[in-house]
Amino acid sequence: MMSCKQATDMMSQGLDRDLSWGERLGLRLHLLICIGCRRTRAQFAFLRQAVQRYTRF
Amino acid sequence: MGELDLQATLSALRPRLLRFAHLQLRNESAAEDVVQEAMLAAFEGAGRFEGAASLSTWVFSILRNKIVDEIRRRSREPIMANEEAELALEESVADLFDDAGHWVDTPAPWGNPEASLEQKRFWAVFEACLEVLAAKPARVFMMREFLGLETGEICKELAISTSNCWVLLHRARLGLRECLGRRWFAEA
Repeated sequence: MMSCKQATDMMSQGLDRDLSWGERLGLRLHLLICIGCRRTRAQFAFLRQAVQRYTRF
Repeated sequence: MGELDLQATLSALRPRLLRFAHLQLRNESAAEDVVQEAMLAAFEGAGRFEGAASLSTWVFSILRNKIVDEIRRRSREPIMANEEAELALEESVADLFDDAGHWVDTPAPWGNPEASLEQKRFWAVFEACLEVLAAKPARVFMMREFLGLETGEICKELAISTSNCWVLLHRARLGLRECLGRRWFAEA
């Protein structure tokens, strides 16, 4: 099972490249059981949203 | 758009453009220079534009390109990294997890973070969190998120490996998330 550290790394990389099938599966399984990582995923997504808003001139 | 309107629109935009350039370049005079160049280029070519919205988007895209050029030019020089700040971020990120890689403290929820985007004070905290981020991860994060470059391009520009790029982005995101959590969402 993926650790939280690895899961956040996968989530971060998922914002920069396409994850492989195996990586996505491992991440999904981890997220099923980990509330902290589910929150982090939402917060990473929010960071991107905030930057997009910030750079909308 | 008349010349006076154009001048007024550009002057009104200037503080925001400067803050943006300064966040990217972390250097007062370099930020002044790219903003100056972008505004001149906009002034020269503005005849084709109608309405303030498209003009500001357009000026911003000029500025973005000037910043990318400046970063390219500079990437041949080493990043003036503050080793202490780099290490401090690395350690604070490592401290988020225990030896098995699990959260020491489960991250708290942020409620409805979208509502923060409407608040002026949020943006001040957001900028402050970006400013304190260590130089290397900040540079990679800015190139990726603010300037919209692909990681392949970033690695090439900065002459770092792809895996190092991902490590730095991971660190930047965790660091920013921690800073916003502590300085904004815990207070809200």
